[in-house]
Amino acid sequence: MTSALDRIRRSGFVAILGYAVVAVVLVWMIGNIIEGPQQFFQVATIGLTNGLIFGLVALGYTLVYGILQLINFAHGDVFALAGLVSSSLIVSALGLDGDTAVIGIVGGMLLTLVLMMSFFAVINATIEFVAYRRLRSAPRLAALITAVGMSFIVQNISLALYNVNFHSVPNFIPRSEAFSLAGVSFSWNKLAVIVITLPVLALLTWFVTSTRQGKAMRAVAQDPEAAAMMGINVNRTISVTFAIAGSLAAAAAIVYLLQFNMRYDTGFELGLIAFTAAVLGGIGNLTGAVLGAMIIGFIQAFNEGLGWYTPGSDWTRSIVFGILIAILVFRPEGLLGERTPEGA
Amino acid sequence: MNERLAQLQPHLRSWGLPAVVVALGVLYPWYVESLAEAPLIGEFVPALGSMVIMIVFTMMAVGLNIVMGYAGLLDLGYVAFYAVGAYTAAWFASQHFEQVTFHFGSTGVSEETVGIHLSIWLILIIAGALTAVAGILIGLPTLRLRGDYLAIVTLGFGEIIPQFVRNGDNLFGFDLTHGTFGISPIDSPGFGETLNSALSLPVNYQQSFDRARLFYLTAVVLLLITVFCSVRLRDSRLGRAWIAIREDETAAAAMGIPLMRTKTWAYAIGAFFGGVAGAFYASFKSGAFPADFYFNISVFLTCMVILGGLGSVWGALLGGMVLGYLNVEGLAKIGSELNAAGIEFEPTKYQFGIYGLIIVLVMLFRPTGLISERRHREEMEHGVADAPTYDVTVEASDTDRERAND
Repeated sequence: MTSALDRIRRSGFVAILGYAVVAVVLVWMIGNIIEGPQQFFQVATIGLTNGLIFGLVALGYTLVYGILQLINFAHGDVFALAGLVSSSLIVSALGLDGDTAVIGIVGGMLLTLVLMMSFFAVINATIEFVAYRRLRSAPRLAALITAVGMSFIVQNISLALYNVNFHSVPNFIPRSEAFSLAGVSFSWNKLAVIVITLPVLALLTWFVTSTRQGKAMRAVAQDPEAAAMMGINVNRTISVTFAIAGSLAAAAAIVYLLQFNMRYDTGFELGLIAFTAAVLGGIGNLTGAVLGAMIIGFIQAFNEGLGWYTPGSDWTRSIVFGILIAILVFRPEGLLGERTPEGA
Repeated sequence: MNERLAQLQPHLRSWGLPAVVVALGVLYPWYVESLAEAPLIGEFVPALGSMVIMIVFTMMAVGLNIVMGYAGLLDLGYVAFYAVGAYTAAWFASQHFEQVTFHFGSTGVSEETVGIHLSIWLILIIAGALTAVAGILIGLPTLRLRGDYLAIVTLGFGEIIPQFVRNGDNLFGFDLTHGTFGISPIDSPGFGETLNSALSLPVNYQQSFDRARLFYLTAVVLLLITVFCSVRLRDSRLGRAWIAIREDETAAAAMGIPLMRTKTWAYAIGAFFGGVAGAFYASFKSGAFPADFYFNISVFLTCMVILGGLGSVWGALLGGMVLGYLNVEGLAKIGSELNAAGIEFEPTKYQFGIYGLIIVLVMLFRPTGLISERRHREEMEHGVADAPTYDVTVEASDTDRERAND
């Protein structure tokens, strides 16, 4: 059975099948462009912004996986908790709304970002310290099961604090048109997503590639033992990784709030989508995570927004998981993943 | 004489306690009422109907234990098997397919009723078989993946199947699952007139005065069969192969164990019991609804196995009954007690948080569970070589891999 599967995997058949699927998707997209070009590109803006948000969350999964080979199931729920706390900070503490002056909005957003990102950095590092650290030498299944348990604990903390109803923030960043390009309008809150996300991504890239701590992270991801022998504090490096993942989740939650409302279980599904994105791009690969997230973002938006032969939002979840399963079966290293399990 | 007694003693020790438990379980319907009147504990005694649900979930936990405990494959989509079982019962024992009228051994429905109506006993087997096939279909592409990927893929299937069920009322115009409304009513088990007059077995459970007691006893019998198969499987050649794979895949493969086939069997057999339990449960509550099959159920079942002790059948039984009780009645009762004492806390609202907490606490402080299985304890203490089978560094045979980070 295995050898049969191997043969299938190695033969050109899989490649042909893969190209066929991609071709069908392309035909479908071109068909939609012809049917309604304006609608297509309008929907694409949704895909772009959603993809960026998924990317921020997916980075959290990929960073942690790169360093611990652990799927941190609790990550999505940390995202949801961050969003809920941010909503009360914005609404109750800062009181931002549509009438606030521009300077107030910019300052308020910056303050929210800084506060939330540092707070959830601490929270996520604490989760690692409490739940995962003791299990580092245990069988991997043990840590994975604990992560599932942690996910439910964090979700129920959100439930206890914010109950079951949806929370949102007032439209202090207007949803009106910022600019339009050939009939495709781009709203202010979508623009804000890009304005916030891109610097965060740039900062992360700089941190991982250029700082001492970033190099330590990559070293630990490659080989924790050798890294320890070179004098790298492995425990601290892992804590830092979790902290970064937590702050990325907080940033993602804040930009998510600009467009959608959220409640205690928003993080579960979004987390799964983001994880799929991370696997699609090649888990452990930072660029891959963002690329995968963009692809998933576009696919989701097209599926829900286009009119020409689309399955519709009822099937989004199945499509996303279908992609996940197909990727894992046919190309487990992902789109950009190198053929090594290491390497952040 | 003494020698024979000494020979008998280990048997007594290993079979004495289970025999007492089984006797207490079978006789439960006859003493539950007097137990419920007992002081202090009386309030917390589960009714027969609740016991049926608890037993169904325990059955699934024992089935999941085969996959997770014996073979060491984390399956976060077990609820999919439950769904397949329930919908098999719904298709073959209800009026859903009104295009046809086909009766075979069904009881309690008149001959003119439209739809397919098979005997529930037959359906239990069909459901098990179909679910096993579903398990193989899910397993074949995914079992080569390493443990954590496997978890996420099974989770994916666990999400796709309920969504498919919800959207399945209009598959190119064909109504397969009746969408969010679910399929109801489903026929109930029974033995029919002939067996009734010959052996005085009940004609039909639903129409019997003793409904709860009959369902309870049937559930107990099904659970006993599951436990028996589970124990016998553990000691069989296949079971030893599972445990060998769990401990060290490389060594197992080197000893000539076919990894894929053995793992697929674990999936298929684990799924089989999930399907039987699902079909029986659907017949018990006379309906299959998509709202029953969500991810939390999978985690709930995982929690049962973890709490009881991975790989331990008795652990799965204990964990299943305890958590099943909390889920069905316990938390609600504790909640009302707390409210009466003036504490504002609803345990039912936070039930999955509580299960999550149990998982984390057990994993941190007693990773072998309440009733730990000997081998599993040793694995936890001495560690195992559980490096991935499918390592993306090498695209070669199943056994060719590096030991990860050790």
